[in-house]
Amino acid sequence: MKGLSRRGLLTRLGIGAGAVAAAGLAPIHFDAAAAPAAPSGRLRRWAMVIDLRRCDGCQSVGTPPQCTAACIQGHFAPEPMEWIQVYEAPLEGRGTQFIPTPCQQCQNPPCVNVCPVGATFSTPEGTVLIDQQRCIGCRLCMEACPYDRRFFNWGTAPIPPEAMFMDYSPEHQSPAIRGTVMKCDFCPDMARAGRLPYCAQGCPNRAIYYGDLEEDLATNGTEVVKLSRFLAENNAVRLKEELGTEPRVRFIPGHGEQVGRRPTVTGRKPTVWPWQKLVQGATSWKR
Amino acid sequence: MEAVTGAGGHAIPATRPHAADGVHAAPGVTPAWRARLEERGLAPLARTGRRYWLWIGFLLAVIAWALHAYQAQLENGLIVTGLRDRISWGVYIASFVFFIGISHAGTLLSAILRVTRARWQMSVTRMAEFITVVALMVGALFPFIDMGRVDRILNLVQYGRWQSPLLWDIFAITTYLVGSTLYLYLPLIPDFALARDRLGPTAPAWRRATYRLAALGWRGTPAQRRLLDRAMTVMMCVIIPVAVSVHTVVSWIFSMTLRVAFNTTVFGPYFVAGAIFSGVAAIILLMAVLRKLLHLEEYITRKQFLFLGYLLGAFTLIMTYFNLTEYVTHGYKMEAGVPFHFTQLMVGPFEPLFLFYWICGIAIPGLIMLFPRTRTIAGIVTAAGLVAVAMWVERFLIVVAGFRVPLMAYEPSDYTPTWVEWSILAGAFALFALLISVFAKLFPVISIWEVVEHRGPELDEPASAVAAPDRRALRPERAGRA
Repeated sequence: MKGLSRRGLLTRLGIGAGAVAAAGLAPIHFDAAAAPAAPSGRLRRWAMVIDLRRCDGCQSVGTPPQCTAACIQGHFAPEPMEWIQVYEAPLEGRGTQFIPTPCQQCQNPPCVNVCPVGATFSTPEGTVLIDQQRCIGCRLCMEACPYDRRFFNWGTAPIPPEAMFMDYSPEHQSPAIRGTVMKCDFCPDMARAGRLPYCAQGCPNRAIYYGDLEEDLATNGTEVVKLSRFLAENNAVRLKEELGTEPRVRFIPGHGEQVGRRPTVTGRKPTVWPWQKLVQGATSWKR
Repeated sequence: MEAVTGAGGHAIPATRPHAADGVHAAPGVTPAWRARLEERGLAPLARTGRRYWLWIGFLLAVIAWALHAYQAQLENGLIVTGLRDRISWGVYIASFVFFIGISHAGTLLSAILRVTRARWQMSVTRMAEFITVVALMVGALFPFIDMGRVDRILNLVQYGRWQSPLLWDIFAITTYLVGSTLYLYLPLIPDFALARDRLGPTAPAWRRATYRLAALGWRGTPAQRRLLDRAMTVMMCVIIPVAVSVHTVVSWIFSMTLRVAFNTTVFGPYFVAGAIFSGVAAIILLMAVLRKLLHLEEYITRKQFLFLGYLLGAFTLIMTYFNLTEYVTHGYKMEAGVPFHFTQLMVGPFEPLFLFYWICGIAIPGLIMLFPRTRTIAGIVTAAGLVAVAMWVERFLIVVAGFRVPLMAYEPSDYTPTWVEWSILAGAFALFALLISVFAKLFPVISIWEVVEHRGPELDEPASAVAAPDRRALRPERAGRA
């Protein structure tokens, strides 16, 4: 070891330790920076607006909520996971409203804060994703989420043959891995490819707008709106605003009045997982 | 009387010299008394009866059954438990909090009471320290049992984020385990030396070799004594803040979240108080069992039970205070979710457990300690038993009821633990008992040298016939001081 002074050794050890520490600190194991930027050259900031005036829980169609159905079909979400779930909440006075609720994509995400291994993380585009190949299944994030938007693979979820050929990514969490947490991933991969998320595509009443805060535009598939004006003019709100989670999902209050629903007509068809029965020996569990 | 009572009231040992020679015996310690103490203290190390092996066999059978249950969980996933998305923590995490809680027995008894120079607890410090180390070992298993992907445990090392409360727990519990193991070991050194010198050639070779090694060449020289005293002083000062931090961060895995029932700043101190409460109960129970089995009635008298019972009684009030603080600050404001939470606790599905906690965990133990007539050893042990069970129930209520408050417009879920969870819980208790049993076979359950040095025969308890002459011998000294 001639030529290596004590100082030299210490310096090298220091550099080595620093490098290890830096590697450990870097939480991003998913390269969102590689995503194409908006035409402005700036990064996308994905957002969603759900117009509750147009949501009747698919009562008029007579089916289970089609946003949920499309999501399940597109992601092979195992039963009983409803990554976008249509809650029926009581209204003031009487009757109910339907609230399709995806992951709120918080900008101050409680789930990301508590994850011990950085398996759930915020991307520069503002989405909150989960890396199921890193998740240890401690479920601290499920405790932390104030919107009940996280789902655990309690058992072995059935994997349809099609899912076997899917390229796993935190932006497209399929196939499901037992003992890990899943949730709505906001479909940024679809958006980059110029398509709307499954839920927005599936909505028969075009109640779900998806867009980019950076470009200030959003679309439900038939019309394009200027996001800031759309939100302001329609008194958009966020769920549990008081918690300070800063969600990226906004709601325009309503109870399906624009599609002719009376609030006293309650109930919706239960969600089904149609491909589940195609898989031999499929197990499911209660929510 | 073989001893000559010296000028300072110290008994000068007349027996053959041994390793604990550096020990300055307390006033009233006669060589006969000391010899009997050493005999009693070392007896379990020298002889093992058939009942012991039956007991160990029984515990191993329970643990094997728990392993079978755990294997079912590994094979099928956590689906075999009663846990689901909405109540995603249950028996495992409640037991985690419970076991980490009773680990506070050791710190409280040995560190806090040593710092305050109390002497009555000297004969039970060792047991308290056993509980600490063993409860930590068992409790720390639960988060891993609860994990969906325990095979990825090394991710905690590779990708660990210090921002996560789970990492705080890991750091705090690891520190506490290392610290309390050291703190268990330090006062054991002179006793290891005693075992080394006293066990004699009939003891198996491995035992003698172990004690020789563990005694670290202890001869009781003044230099060694100074070193040991200094090390123990440092450790007892270090271990107290560590213990407080441990249960504070355990509470933070709850109160760092946005759930209504956990949304309180009182959780840290409240959990620490609950930990000490259940820890005191645990030490009373273990004390009662070992006293009976190892015939330690002379060293563990009503006094130890009484003083620990007073602590238990005081903590029923402290727990009441913390609970009331929580209920009143939540209940006065009645934020969204609080009415649901209070209803489910007080008149809903958790009512029986809630009442059990209040009646059997707080009221009855408090009343037992209030009346002199019920403050007997049997009464105090009963109170401790009730408190231990009630504190597990309380942990269960915190976790399960807290999770049950709906976050969105859905029907509240229910949670019924399955056989897998109960089996693993039984296995954990069996493991706890097994480790204590093994410890009691390997180490003297009484800190012999400290009892000789600090306590001596019970001076104020006329129960022991041996103590009587010593009391007389001591009187002039007391009069002189006054």
